Amino acid sequence: MGIRVSEPSELVHLLLGRLTLEAIPLHEPILVATFVAVALGGLGVLGALTYFRAWRPLWRDWVTSIDHKKIGIMYIALGVVMLLRGFGDAIMMRAQQAISFGDAAGYLPPHHYDQIFTAHGVIMIFFVAMPFVTGLMNFVVPLQIGARDVAFPFLNNFSFWMTACGAALVMASLFVGEFARTGWLAYPPLSELAYSPDVGVDYYIWSLQVAGVGTVLSGVNLVATIVKMRAPGMTLMRMPVFTWTALCTNVLIVVAFPVLTASLALLSLDRYVGTHFFTNDGGGNAMMYVNLIWIWGHPEVYILVLPVFGVFSEVVSTFSSKRLFGYASMVYATVVITILSYLVWLHHFFTMGSGASVNSFFGITTMVISIPTGAKIFNWLFTMYRGRIRFEPPMLWTLGFMVTFVIGGMTGVLLAVPPADFVLHNSLFLIAHFHNVIIGGVVFGVMAGISYWFPKAFGYRLDPFWGKCSFWFWLVGFYFAFMPLYVLGLMGVTRRLSHFDDASLQPWFQVAAFGAALIALGIACFLVQLVVSYVRRDALRDATGDPWNGRTLEWSTASPPPAYNFAFTPRVHGTDAWHEMKRRGFVRPVDGFVPIHMPKNTGAGFVLAVLSAVCAFGLIWHMWPLAALAFAALLVATIVHTFDYARDFFIPADEVARTEAQRTRLLASHV
Amino acid sequence: MSEAAALAQPGSTPRAAAAAAPAAHDFLVRDHHPGNGTLLGFWLYLMSDCLIFACLFACYGVLGRSVDGGPTAAELFELPVVALNTALLLLSSITYGFAVIQMQRRRRGGTLAWLALTALLGAGFVAVELNEFAHLIGEGAGPQRSAFLSSFFTLVGTHGLHVSFGIVWLLTLMAQVARHGLSAANRRRLMCLSMFWHFLDVVWIGVFTFVYLMGVLP
Amino acid sequence: MAFLEKFACRPASWFAAGAAFLLSACNTVLLNPAGDVALRQGHLIVVSTLLMLLIIVPVIALTLFFAWRYRQSNREAVYAPDWDHSIQLELVIWGAPLLIIIALGALTWISTHMLDPYRAIGRIDAQRAVAPQAPALTVEVVALDWKWLFLYPEQGIATVNELAAPVDVPIRFKITSSSVMNSFYIPALAGQIYAMPGMETRLNAVINKPGVYDGFSANYSGAGFSGMHFKFHGMSTADFERWVQAARDGGGALDRTGYLELEQPSDRDPVRRYAGVDSGLYDAILRQCVAPGRRCAGN
Repeated sequence: MGIRVSEPSELVHLLLGRLTLEAIPLHEPILVATFVAVALGGLGVLGALTYFRAWRPLWRDWVTSIDHKKIGIMYIALGVVMLLRGFGDAIMMRAQQAISFGDAAGYLPPHHYDQIFTAHGVIMIFFVAMPFVTGLMNFVVPLQIGARDVAFPFLNNFSFWMTACGAALVMASLFVGEFARTGWLAYPPLSELAYSPDVGVDYYIWSLQVAGVGTVLSGVNLVATIVKMRAPGMTLMRMPVFTWTALCTNVLIVVAFPVLTASLALLSLDRYVGTHFFTNDGGGNAMMYVNLIWIWGHPEVYILVLPVFGVFSEVVSTFSSKRLFGYASMVYATVVITILSYLVWLHHFFTMGSGASVNSFFGITTMVISIPTGAKIFNWLFTMYRGRIRFEPPMLWTLGFMVTFVIGGMTGVLLAVPPADFVLHNSLFLIAHFHNVIIGGVVFGVMAGISYWFPKAFGYRLDPFWGKCSFWFWLVGFYFAFMPLYVLGLMGVTRRLSHFDDASLQPWFQVAAFGAALIALGIACFLVQLVVSYVRRDALRDATGDPWNGRTLEWSTASPPPAYNFAFTPRVHGTDAWHEMKRRGFVRPVDGFVPIHMPKNTGAGFVLAVLSAVCAFGLIWHMWPLAALAFAALLVATIVHTFDYARDFFIPADEVARTEAQRTRLLASHV
Repeated sequence: MSEAAALAQPGSTPRAAAAAAPAAHDFLVRDHHPGNGTLLGFWLYLMSDCLIFACLFACYGVLGRSVDGGPTAAELFELPVVALNTALLLLSSITYGFAVIQMQRRRRGGTLAWLALTALLGAGFVAVELNEFAHLIGEGAGPQRSAFLSSFFTLVGTHGLHVSFGIVWLLTLMAQVARHGLSAANRRRLMCLSMFWHFLDVVWIGVFTFVYLMGVLP
Repeated sequence: MAFLEKFACRPASWFAAGAAFLLSACNTVLLNPAGDVALRQGHLIVVSTLLMLLIIVPVIALTLFFAWRYRQSNREAVYAPDWDHSIQLELVIWGAPLLIIIALGALTWISTHMLDPYRAIGRIDAQRAVAPQAPALTVEVVALDWKWLFLYPEQGIATVNELAAPVDVPIRFKITSSSVMNSFYIPALAGQIYAMPGMETRLNAVINKPGVYDGFSANYSGAGFSGMHFKFHGMSTADFERWVQAARDGGGALDRTGYLELEQPSDRDPVRRYAGVDSGLYDAILRQCVAPGRRCAGN
């Protein structure tokens, strides 16, 4: 007998890595309260699912669904949930900054506050804005181009679950361990092991790597879809503008996100293996990280804003009952913006000491981007000109955008002047600028898109009263929350401070906190709107499939569309294809249906994503056996999945006939 | 029914029984089968992978001379080993090409044979590379020594990792071809792997030029 | 009540309120700084904003006007549902912003070169140029966790969290960091520049009015970041000489051991002064070899 048994603590250490009971923040009352609330809410949801016997339908119809419409809805649901978390962070920050002056330290020590501002940025960009725009593009693009689904439906499902698992990892950091305290881009050397030895930066790295894989694959998917699957007759210059912006956005995703993947991988090598990419010693260079991360970072903000530019094009045209002004111009502007967005990244660090010629070059390219952007604004303006404008909520959001976004654009061009940036960089003026363009642009655009396409997705409109309430609270709240920040920036106040010595600044922060409270009401109105609309859904029913008198092909389908979208793929002869069909008096076919080829649902995407998340969790906590096992399982599951060749089926013609007959009856009864 | 009425009621009931079937001007009367997007999709993924390598090359470009007083490229690199590596990889590209030719002639046996040879050559490449790494680490010139070595190991190692995954994929595909033959799906998969394999070849040409050949220059 | 009605209903009152608001914004340090470099940067902000308002104000006005005029209920307005194209309009739409950007671009190129932080000061203020042999002050700045160390190589003294300089004398800052990225910023004086470990950045500036000004780090650097501020004293040359002499009289020298103690994380440190500094200390800090046995990083 020569077998030595390891000490139990050694084995525990091997299995659990650096995960101990101390990782659970029982000493932080705010977190304990949050956990209790989440636990109760979660139990409520689980209870409801069990009571309504919804587990099987949930798995069968949603979790395993490869239908782009369902996946789009799930992305948006994810965005709404994460919006609540990210906005909670915002309220906490505004509260702290409204009270922490002189001797008053506020209620958030730096250790906690610094995690909150980091998490706020990461969540809002990666797990709110990205899912929102991805969800809209997923839902709408195949319908707009007359396709049945995206090019790679399984990959679509997998991409969603990877994003959701990334979000789950960030949420896990609330209750197990802590999050990064570095700001949302985690610059080294602060994010290196020497200055951030705890799990926070590792949660950051791995949640973004997991979500990033999903995003890149989603980008590949949508580009292939738009290139390959358009209805016959739909040339590129006959595509709806939203599809054009989706194409450019996804091209940007494919060329930008790998840079994020590489940058985070290099940082993780520094932290896990001890390499010297960005460390202070060994010849590392932190400026390399700053360059790489912004080479990703600037295209990222265009990834967020281009889809909403597409939304506004659709909304302005529809609600002005008029053709979009300057279609070709809009397309060229979008493409120019896409290309230029790759040439401006240095404007995020003019103050890093690049020299005057380099700084000027990037400042000028940044200004040049404002020309096609301005052209778009003018084109929307002249679409309204001599139109017949209806002020439904999507149009209100659009008008709010047009007024608000241009202010943010102006301050952006201002910041693009390097010497001006030298005094404004990292100040509250900068914060005000990017919230101006992200809220005024992306948030307003997503709200416009949601209220515009909601009836298509669910078969009934959103309640307009609560929609208008939400809009006004958001609009007024935004100005109260961020205009004071412009002034504070001009007063020399910098960002990410949890305490101020100068009490004369307090009134400005109190006004900003008031603005945040108004925005909270705006979000509350949106949630109320969802509930009220569901309760009143019969009164708000969309029976025709075309509640707004729309102009593009998605409005030709039922609300909600059947799984196959179109019983017969439409032929396209120009832009605004549906508008033209209505104008020419097309006849909806009620006979002659053929079997339709469709992809099958699968649980493989969910399984692979969960395995990825488990592997990531293991890596975060240095639980090497768990990580290795999960990685091996991931590999095996992937290989097993590739042996599945039976991934499609046919919807029989009589089932199509039944579905279409149902719609015929609905249309007839609506008359 | 007038056109105005048709406008007001989109999708209204057909004017006559004869018009119930889809009008060819407005609809495609058979199921729409868009061209298969797999090869385009894989190419797009490959371009995203190309960007990751571009970042690693950029890193090597910036950090390649940061030796922190440690060993330099000229001191470390053994060109004969690199020549062997390169030969193995380039040969494996040729053998894969032959496999594709056999595939186009629908010869399952020939395809599998050339694939097996490719896997062998690829495995040889990885083995030589692992040996080189072990040797360097043994000499104290591991990735933790300096920024130059960090970026060297990461760039070359990432390429080697891609080749390794490619071999795993190749073996999987061999099993699938053996089981399902040269079906359309399998031929598409073989073309995807072909793109992947030749892409790695091109990246390697970049590696041995910028890293090894330029590294040993004074 | 009547007072309120009178106040709210008269447009002049709104104008006065708006002006008061804007004026309070004009008391902002960025638009009203005490240093010539910061002053020119502030002017740039104003000029650029005005240039862009040429486009922004009409756009906002037209948006609101079109929304009101072409509302569905207004049947008097012309309705042209298929009008979607106009070459002349496109030329204006692309051309007007292009002209503004050309102007801004030229302004950018020139001002970025003139106000390059690495460029030696060319003028004391709008009226006075720098004399060729004029004296300049060199200050070496080290960002620590979470305080600022200032070394005066010509005077042989050092301070923590207190900076002083004579008025109307060009100051040459050489800046580095001990640990993580910070940003050296005195809004009243000049723009900011990053302080990075193992690297040196430069800032050239001049202070035109005596006074006490705020300085701080403008790049988040960890738990003590909120307390990482200092006071910058602009004073007459005579007062500055007195300040230097006071530091010398205070005794104490900053040697390598003292620096290594200073490097330990602490926040909200009180002001400290050192009468002497170890020779080569700044160079060692820059090359990250203050601790004994550390290899100095290459050039």
